[in-house]
Amino acid sequence: MFVPSNDTVMRLFGVLIIFFMLATVAGAQTRISGKVLDTKGKPLVGASITLVNTYDGAIADSAGNFSFKTTEKGSFQLEASIVGYAKQLQNMALGNGNLTVNFSLKESLDELKAVTVTAGSFEAGDKKRAATVLSSLDVYTTGGANADITAAAKTLPGAQQIGEQEGLFVRGGAGFETRQFIDGTTVDRPFNASIPDIASRGRFAPNLFKGTVFSTGGYSALYGQALSSALILESIDLPTRSEATVSVSTVFLGGGTQQLNKKKNLSYGVNYGYTNLAVYFGIVPQRPDYFHMPEFHTADANLRFKTKRGGMLKYYTQYSASRIGLRRPNIDSTGLKNAFDIINYNWYNNLSYRENLGNGWKLNVGLSYSTNTDNIFQQLQNSNNNVTTTGKPWLDNTNFQIESRSDLAQAKVVFDKRLSGISVLRFGSEYWYNNTYSGFNGRGIRLQDHFTAGFAEADIYITNDIAAKVGTRVEHNSIINQWNIAPRASIAYKTGKHAQVSAIYGMYYQRPEFNQMLFTQALNYTRADHYLVNYILNKNDRLFRVEAFHKQYFDLVKTAPATTNNGSGYAKGIEFFLRDKKTIRGLDYWISYSYLDTERDFLNYPSTLRPTFAARHTASLVVKKFFTSINTGFNFTYSFASGRPYYNFQPDATGKLVVADRGVTPNFNNLGFSANWLTKIDKAFAVVVASVTNVLNQKQVFGYNYTFDGKNKVAIEPPAQQFFFLGVFLSWGVDRRQDAINNNL
Amino acid sequence: MKKLLVFAVFVVSIVTTTNAQSEKYYSVMGSTLQQMGDAKTAESWLELASKFERIAEAEKTQWLPYYYAALCQAYAGFSSTKIDKDAVGNKARELCDKAAALDNNSELYVVRYMAATIQMMVDPMNRWQQYGQMAQTALDEGFKLDKNNPRLYYMQGQSMFNTPPAFGGGKDKAKPMFQKAVDLYKSQPKTNPLMPSWGETQAADMLAKCG
Repeated sequence: MFVPSNDTVMRLFGVLIIFFMLATVAGAQTRISGKVLDTKGKPLVGASITLVNTYDGAIADSAGNFSFKTTEKGSFQLEASIVGYAKQLQNMALGNGNLTVNFSLKESLDELKAVTVTAGSFEAGDKKRAATVLSSLDVYTTGGANADITAAAKTLPGAQQIGEQEGLFVRGGAGFETRQFIDGTTVDRPFNASIPDIASRGRFAPNLFKGTVFSTGGYSALYGQALSSALILESIDLPTRSEATVSVSTVFLGGGTQQLNKKKNLSYGVNYGYTNLAVYFGIVPQRPDYFHMPEFHTADANLRFKTKRGGMLKYYTQYSASRIGLRRPNIDSTGLKNAFDIINYNWYNNLSYRENLGNGWKLNVGLSYSTNTDNIFQQLQNSNNNVTTTGKPWLDNTNFQIESRSDLAQAKVVFDKRLSGISVLRFGSEYWYNNTYSGFNGRGIRLQDHFTAGFAEADIYITNDIAAKVGTRVEHNSIINQWNIAPRASIAYKTGKHAQVSAIYGMYYQRPEFNQMLFTQALNYTRADHYLVNYILNKNDRLFRVEAFHKQYFDLVKTAPATTNNGSGYAKGIEFFLRDKKTIRGLDYWISYSYLDTERDFLNYPSTLRPTFAARHTASLVVKKFFTSINTGFNFTYSFASGRPYYNFQPDATGKLVVADRGVTPNFNNLGFSANWLTKIDKAFAVVVASVTNVLNQKQVFGYNYTFDGKNKVAIEPPAQQFFFLGVFLSWGVDRRQDAINNNL
Repeated sequence: MKKLLVFAVFVVSIVTTTNAQSEKYYSVMGSTLQQMGDAKTAESWLELASKFERIAEAEKTQWLPYYYAALCQAYAGFSSTKIDKDAVGNKARELCDKAAALDNNSELYVVRYMAATIQMMVDPMNRWQQYGQMAQTALDEGFKLDKNNPRLYYMQGQSMFNTPPAFGGGKDKAKPMFQKAVDLYKSQPKTNPLMPSWGETQAADMLAKCG
């Protein structure tokens, strides 16, 4: 790469001769040699040895040996240094013959090299120290996930393949036991309006976030009120360029703009999207009869500002209005139908601020406010689609109206103080104000809840190889008027350059759901204790992780025979994960497998049973390949889950519920596919996306609905066996050259 | 008179030492640069990088040895797949920072561009946002300091050359950049043999590839 011109060489030649003459005149040389080792006696290859204030020195070879000559005389200092170790100086007198000098360098504590406690969590983004798994690009390029964060997270170990309702069902936990956090504050309604037997999509687009931590247990004391899992999302800072975008697809239209100022310290943007499935459902028949096609208006805006000290202030707001109306045959009668109509309004706001206060102090503040309204009516309809009654209460009771509203305001403050070395102390507090109204046929119950919590946690690095995280949370909830103290502790040990083991213990509390507290507030927290051990090997873009866990559930809410905290349960299992981006050039794939053994007694379960959302075996294979020659990527995801149990509970002669019928659903199989073609249309950069779920058209059964008398059952299946998608995403003004360069590498 | 004599001796001795020192600097820099021309492996680049760094630390006021130390780190980063690319990238930037404290000039941004590119290549799909942007910013800043640095045009041409036409890149777009680089190499006299002068043949080769 570097070739000095002949000219240069000639000029230097003269100077060189003079120099060598001088050197000869200066007389005898001293040879200094020795070894540079670490405190364990291992050679430090590439360590740099310098005779301070001279040009003389060397670097250590693969055995840690070095040797060089110097013409200097008198007293000097010899310095040995290498990244990650404290440098060392030794005094010496030169001119009295050759010298042997050995160094033993002490490793300095270094965040990048130090072990991290990673049990229970999958951290994404480009953080070198983390077990990188899911980035926003990963979400977009997971075949069959249709750019839904939750769908992509389901390909990771710990999550169940649940298709009949939204949410992440993690390690034997119900969907409501997983909580989502954006920039530290919890999201009240992370999913679009819920429809019976259909899973809704998440409200937030993957590209809003730079990092996703999917924690399947053992999460830090900074997060509470989640019994089983936390999905921790960190929003992006400033965008790289200003741009305008337009998207056109089989189900939606959207447009937006993002502006970055010249100083690159301020940006703002607005987006609007309209989704309507009328055209799509006209082409691809659906099982339910939609009398109001799923229709969504979503608008969002953001403002981001970089402070003078390098902090960030970010505001994000999203408003959405949606309506869905569908009709299905009534299970208890022939000819009658159940119509379900939901109108949802949701407004979400998040303001976050982080600042470096100096002196090792950092501040993180999160404020959020959201309000959600659901107007639902359900009708028993006759063959003419008119509302009807039959005189049979179990049929007529399906005529109802629900009006519910939920407001959540939150504030969270976290201080971060760097202690000696790289150890860190974090502490802070949070406050949530919940105001919910649940109206049923015009009569309503309002619940207001003040939740306060304080927490403190320390990351303690003993050496680069051993670290501990110790923390605790104290919480108070006003409705149930109870306190709790939740200790958490973990330890990680580096077993090799690329491998580590960790162990975690933690106590987790969650207040009962509001719908469980409508009729009695004499309840207590539900609780889960987590015990985890894991092993991670992370080498050359290959990550292997195995994790075993045991969870004990206490005080789960029972709704039958009465609403109490008498439930309990356990979950244990082992999970494997392998991601490899290296072995085959351009091919990125991951494999996950989860084994789960769990049983619980909760809600209306008559006894301790394996819950309906727990498959014993779950596995996913995700494969992605980008072909540079055609600028197109192909992505496949195969998911498998063994059958899940289903039950029918019926009252016995004494009125006590018993298991009247039970079974296990067939195995679940799903092959998802997507292709993305990067191209240019006029001046716009375009990404054309085509995707299909359940490519092999396999029958999927998520469970069964029983008739009122329990004598017949009907399979719960997706609204259509397959979902097809075709879309074009256009952007103007973005410098995508780097994108393209990457694709060439 | 005696005082004057002492003073004269003093002045002369200082001048002599300074000369000896600077002569040594020029000759060692020259010989190390020559070794740099012969180096082919990551190990040799790293060895030279540490030698330049020693010179820089001993001199304290010269930006060039820091610059060449950074450049050697970058070469090492490009020449081996086994090397820790983050380590060399960070080291190169750190050396550029030290050089910039003495003389913040456009040559340092050429190296900053290379360092960012090396780090981006570790995991392009996930890293382009951070390091791709960093590389671009380096070029922008470099041009701000010197619109006539041929190496900046050469790097810009490389970036364009590796971008498919569909994304606004390609040979056609890269060609004028390489042409500009070649023209500038020719027009700029090499007055100081220690100053950066590399890249001329490479730019010409790339220009030829553009057809």
